[in-house]
Amino acid sequence: MAETGRLRQAAAAAPLLSPVTLLRIAIVLGVAALWEFLAHSGWLYRDVVPSLMRIGAALIDLLSHGSYYFNLGVTAGEIGAALLIGGLSGLAVGLLLGANRFLSKAFEAYLYYLGPTPKIIFFPIMIMWFGVGSGSKIALGTLSCFFPVALSAAAGMRQIDKVLIRVGRSFRASTMQMVWKIYLPAMRHPIINGVRLGLGMALIGTLLAETKLSNKGIGFLIIQAYSTFDMPHMYAQLIMLFVLAIAANAAVGRLGGLATIKRK
Amino acid sequence: MNAAAPARRWDWRDFAPAATGLGSLIAFFLVVEFLIRTDVISRFIVPPPSEIIENFGRVIVEENVFQRFLLTLSECLTTGAMITVFGIAGGVLMHRYRLLQQAIETWVAALAAAPIVLAYPLFMVIFGRSAWTIIMIGFVAALPPVVLKTLEGLTGTRKVLVNVGKSFNLTESQQFWKILFPAALPTIFVGVRLGLIFALINIVGVEFLINYGGLGQLINDLAERYDLPGTYAAICFVILVSVVFFMSLEKVERWLRPVD
Repeated sequence: MAETGRLRQAAAAAPLLSPVTLLRIAIVLGVAALWEFLAHSGWLYRDVVPSLMRIGAALIDLLSHGSYYFNLGVTAGEIGAALLIGGLSGLAVGLLLGANRFLSKAFEAYLYYLGPTPKIIFFPIMIMWFGVGSGSKIALGTLSCFFPVALSAAAGMRQIDKVLIRVGRSFRASTMQMVWKIYLPAMRHPIINGVRLGLGMALIGTLLAETKLSNKGIGFLIIQAYSTFDMPHMYAQLIMLFVLAIAANAAVGRLGGLATIKRK
Repeated sequence: MNAAAPARRWDWRDFAPAATGLGSLIAFFLVVEFLIRTDVISRFIVPPPSEIIENFGRVIVEENVFQRFLLTLSECLTTGAMITVFGIAGGVLMHRYRLLQQAIETWVAALAAAPIVLAYPLFMVIFGRSAWTIIMIGFVAALPPVVLKTLEGLTGTRKVLVNVGKSFNLTESQQFWKILFPAALPTIFVGVRLGLIFALINIVGVEFLINYGGLGQLINDLAERYDLPGTYAAICFVILVSVVFFMSLEKVERWLRPVD
């Protein structure tokens, strides 16, 4: 009871906005004020920093056009396909390397060092192999997504509690049963982390490929706004892209959170 | 007790995995070579690996690969110097002012996960089609890991070390330079290493995208000329450079890490 009373007192004494929130608001307002000052100062070339009102208007204009949603659908489809192909193949390779020490020693170093290389440089090859359409963008997204998922799955596989594996073996589970009943449930956290990283990589790979050579998709819209020097629209596109990327990342993270709750 | 431990004999099993990996790679290239020579795979899509190897020398000599390498390296080192100075300063500030840390740490972490490189047209508008566009994208993309790791290193300094400093009545500045900073240095270097990896990826990628600068532009140039063996050779060269770069960073990190 006394504890509850103290808590109530503390809640009543707490200010409406904490110092942290106040500082955050101050930073946001400061940046906005600086932006507006730069927009109206004439120090930079016209439209390089458009006013926030114009960016807001461009954002509304962007969201009210059906073509934006068509291009968003194209990009989302490409990223989804890349995540599916790259994620599944990465998972399969990761499971194989994680389960077999010899194979891991033989091949994992190649994945480890190839993983962080800049994947966009493979785009000319992807165009030759898969054409200038969506195929080459999906291929680049797949290539980008494969490495983090494979490395994460291999590392996750090695962290599985040995007792669980022995339980599966003592029940004479087949390889497929071991994968579905033991390995995958026991390593969903590293897998979800890998998928999160893979999603980010697939997104970057696909969109960069779109900015380089395409006639549809969000990457194409961004580079088109740049080519016509339509700065408010380019800022609006980039804002939407970052918001969507963060939302997609959070959605996969939430999936990871749900897994934790279920396990408990 | 421990004396006269027999010298470990050479065992082929120690080298079997590495040999299998390398052997599989060579076998793969031989199969590709065979498939191309038997016209199963068109040589206008994939040039034979032997031709790619032959073209290595030509690309290195005719395309000024050394100068391009130096240009990309200088962009990387400039970015590296910038992220080290600003990243460590940012981490120290956030460690010193707890309110600032609470307010912006999640923002910095979000920035670390944000696809910054996609904003390269924006950087081109601001900095023009120049090396500064490339350096600034590398800088913004690579800064968050250095800030976060510096903060982690400083926050994770062992309490006993901080107490030793206090017992010697060290001033705040002495406490930082004699205790906190040396203790955090290995973690800070992990951040710098991650930052440099991010920087290299972004720098080469943007060079390729905006067709300006060193190694990334070389690939774009050769692809636009439809010089297939040259393009493949240049890609192999860039991968090789990246791998050597990552390996060297790892070696330096291991050298800096204290022995437990």
